[in-house]
Amino acid sequence: MSDQHHSHGLPFWRKYIFSVDHKVIGIQYGISGLLFLLFGFCLMMLMRWQLAYPGQPLPVLGNLFSEKFMVGGIMLPEFYNQLGAMHGTIMVFLGVVPLAVGGFGNYFVPLQIGAPDMAFPKLNMMSFWVFFLGGVSMVASFFVPGGAAQSGWTSYPPLSDIATTGQTVWLIGMVFLITSSLLGSVNFIVTIVQLRADGLSFFRLPFFVWAQFVTSFLLLLAFPPLEAAGVLQLMDRVAGTSFFLPSGLVVAGKALTVSGGGNPLLWQHLFWFLAHPEVYVLILPAMGIVAEIVACNTRKPIYGYKSMVYSIVFLGFMSFIVWAHHMFLTGMGSKMSAFFQITTMIISIPSVIILTALALSLWGGSIRFTTPMLFATAFLPMFGIGGLTGLPLGLTASDIPLHDTYYVIGHFHYVVAPGTIFALFAGIYHWYPKVTGRKMSEILGKIHFFFSLIFINGVFMPMFIMGLAGVSRRLYDPMQYAHAQPTQPLNVFISICAWSLGLAQIPFILNFFGSLIWGKKVDRNPWESTTLEWAAPSPPPHGNFDTVPQVYRGPYEYSVPGQKHDFWPQDMAKEN
Amino acid sequence: MSDNLIRYISKPHPVTGVTNAKLGIWCFLASEVMLFGGLFSAYVLLRTGAPLWPRGSEILNVPLATLNTIILITSSVTMVMAWASLAMKEFSKYKRYMGMTILLALAFLVVKAFEYGHKFEHHHFPSTNTFYAIYFTLTGLHGLHIVGGVVVNTYFLFPGSRMWEHDPEQFMGRIECAGLYWHFVDLVWIFLFPVLYLL
Amino acid sequence: MPKYYGWGLPYNASAYGAEIDRLIYVLHVFMILLFVGWFAFLLIALFKFRSRPGHKAEYKHNHFKAPSYLEVGVALFEAVLLLGFSFPIARHTRAFPAKGEALEVRIVAEQFAWNIHYPGPDGVFGKTDIKLIGPANALGLDRTDPAAKDDITAINQLHVPVNKPVVVHLSSKDVIHSFFLPVMRVKQDIIPGQNIPVWFQAKASGNFEIACAQLCGLGHYRMRGFFIVDEPDKFSAWLAKFAPKVAVPAPVPAPATAAAPVVLAV
Repeated sequence: MSDQHHSHGLPFWRKYIFSVDHKVIGIQYGISGLLFLLFGFCLMMLMRWQLAYPGQPLPVLGNLFSEKFMVGGIMLPEFYNQLGAMHGTIMVFLGVVPLAVGGFGNYFVPLQIGAPDMAFPKLNMMSFWVFFLGGVSMVASFFVPGGAAQSGWTSYPPLSDIATTGQTVWLIGMVFLITSSLLGSVNFIVTIVQLRADGLSFFRLPFFVWAQFVTSFLLLLAFPPLEAAGVLQLMDRVAGTSFFLPSGLVVAGKALTVSGGGNPLLWQHLFWFLAHPEVYVLILPAMGIVAEIVACNTRKPIYGYKSMVYSIVFLGFMSFIVWAHHMFLTGMGSKMSAFFQITTMIISIPSVIILTALALSLWGGSIRFTTPMLFATAFLPMFGIGGLTGLPLGLTASDIPLHDTYYVIGHFHYVVAPGTIFALFAGIYHWYPKVTGRKMSEILGKIHFFFSLIFINGVFMPMFIMGLAGVSRRLYDPMQYAHAQPTQPLNVFISICAWSLGLAQIPFILNFFGSLIWGKKVDRNPWESTTLEWAAPSPPPHGNFDTVPQVYRGPYEYSVPGQKHDFWPQDMAKEN
Repeated sequence: MSDNLIRYISKPHPVTGVTNAKLGIWCFLASEVMLFGGLFSAYVLLRTGAPLWPRGSEILNVPLATLNTIILITSSVTMVMAWASLAMKEFSKYKRYMGMTILLALAFLVVKAFEYGHKFEHHHFPSTNTFYAIYFTLTGLHGLHIVGGVVVNTYFLFPGSRMWEHDPEQFMGRIECAGLYWHFVDLVWIFLFPVLYLL
Repeated sequence: MPKYYGWGLPYNASAYGAEIDRLIYVLHVFMILLFVGWFAFLLIALFKFRSRPGHKAEYKHNHFKAPSYLEVGVALFEAVLLLGFSFPIARHTRAFPAKGEALEVRIVAEQFAWNIHYPGPDGVFGKTDIKLIGPANALGLDRTDPAAKDDITAINQLHVPVNKPVVVHLSSKDVIHSFFLPVMRVKQDIIPGQNIPVWFQAKASGNFEIACAQLCGLGHYRMRGFFIVDEPDKFSAWLAKFAPKVAVPAPVPAPATAAAPVVLAV
């Protein structure tokens, strides 16, 4: 109770570092997430050199790396594998989820429901600092003997069981990150259920809040089995158990002196039981953000809001029963294979409903092509490509030649990169005025958009060709296999596009920081939006609203006939 | 400064009927079910895939574990009595019952330490075979949860109990939540005991 | 020499490969059609409803019926994909040839090589023991076992005859690998502790390759094997050349009435 009253009397470190205010924590998560996205992207840009020019020394930068990673500027296989495993881990667990859920969720869910803060502010702060510890562990893992984890972000044993120390640090980092996520998800669920303003029934919630709500259930219920699996793998590595090690293993000519009796598939089941819902954690907040921006920039309600809500809840439920489609090739029986193919086909239906509803929302609108709207609109076909290319992978027969190839990499990157990350950019441009009181530059925003769109497609589209040709994932040197040699020019093209994509982020970085100083100052509601966060000052003070909000209508009352203005805020009692 | 404060900290929500903390602890317990569920699933997969699997009663100390079961169930009773004492505004009774709960929990841990020590003396470690591996991991994680409960309950017995003076309703709510957690830890043991020791 | 690899699906040398390729083509046609139609709608909507003076948005619009039809259509198409394509193909890939019909081979994967084990003319695999694994005996083959006397072992080269089913029994010494024959549309993860069979039938001869399709460590990228499909006579010749040079046992002294000494075949 007591910490709800005094924010002005607090010392600097309690106001900005160990703050319990959801907005400060949201910014902490958001900035950390963006920095980790950049770091993860840099790891990949290094990998792209080796893929485009295998065995060639990396000019200039190559000399900065120790002999542990690069010899004479030439990347070692161990470093390539570390970069691969850590790129995936960092982007998923330290980049996208902290930004989408910890950043946007923390900052805007309480505002959009008219609450003064999250239900458990101290727990919120703890979640962030535990996440931070997890992030430090992951980055530090590069510097332990043997380097960072290098068994893929999927860490399949026995390879991960016998890997170098970095894998243990990865597991410890994951325990921190999972704990942070669990604490955060409890906070989100209780906040959304309990702290909605008067008049804000569930079906008057902005779709963004629904998305965060379902996401939180996924995090709450799907992460613990991975935590269990992480404990088991730690036991294998540190206590000499054989949870994932069968008897009779011979590594490098020497028999492993373990008890045996374990099963590598046990890890895969526990891992994918989380990791499949995890990919919906990656996409759902993005769909929420796109819905907000589309409604606001088409000046009309979202099409099929109710169908979208039912679909997202159904999607959340289905996401728990599709996981073994990642394991089709592990030798499973026909009944299990049939079950998971069927559930995988079924789960595509709510996804298509949501995407179609968002696209139909454009029909009959008055579309403003602001930077957030450009990113949000581009999300639709990009996510469409990602979703469609999941189809060959979700059927066992077509998965046989495509499993673990670049086709998979293309598929999931389309959903996450020009999918989720574009939605996150859209959210940044859209909500920047609320957080800072200033607008970002539209010109820099549009440059950022166009070049990102072009280059990101240049990076990921060719991967489908490579996948069909059978080129496997995680190959340090693609030239060793005859079937991978003909597509090598595509590797060069992809790498050039990837580095160009990196350059294309410069306008964004300049815009993001520059607008803090030079951005046009705006009032509370520069986009003329209807949802509750725009009723608060920019930025909102501790406690968020001048008076306790009261909600009178749904979230997307735009262009209501008979109104003078083309938007009718949720909390406005009188006509607009 | 706004007059907008976080609601339903002490008073329940009119529609859901629970306070924030109560809903929060139920959500947390749901995740704990999934955590132990993951480990129990691991047990099932390992046992069904093993050509040979010992009967728990042949290897483990069933009488000691039975004693521990009684200890834990009793501690759940004392935990409820602690909360009920607060409901009846009898603070000293609360302290007594909470103290008993903590002591019983510590007794559980002592018995467990004895069990583990006996195993280690006979060179039975988690690395010995998968039965011991899953036994130590399941009971070890459960033991960590007991330790966590002891820490929280001790906080609520000593420094945290000061809240009773200025916000008895919220304090009672906290003890109720701690009780729910404690009952869950007890419940996990009710599953662990037959699965590991008897089957 | 036909070009086996390029931009797109590799050359198909597999008897059941055509079905898999057909499914992939059908899927991509469907995906492209759906995407083009849907993208066209998007562009039309973005243009038609761009904000301009005098143009207002519609608050309530008619419920579109087309998306529901589309949704049902997609669901029906997915049912067709399952029942008409994926399940029938699975019946073929899981329909192992009867014993005696196929060539049986064992492949034991390790970091970073493929150990190939043929049973030889007796058709029985000799026993293996991990205690016997050494530099000269990667499989740990127990040569004292009578069944092992005629076994043929090779490293990184799998020879099979054309137009005959082959059953490969996959196992791993150390970590998870994945046995991938691009031209046969065969890919099977190899899980340590398990013995997983996979079958195929080559319909064309040629020199192809084996690849590892699951990250298995530092040498994953160079775990390449040779996969050679030969006409039957060339295949037998290779087997004979690689057969272990075992001395022919002394002929059994024939009874006085026998016509000729009996020579045990190897």
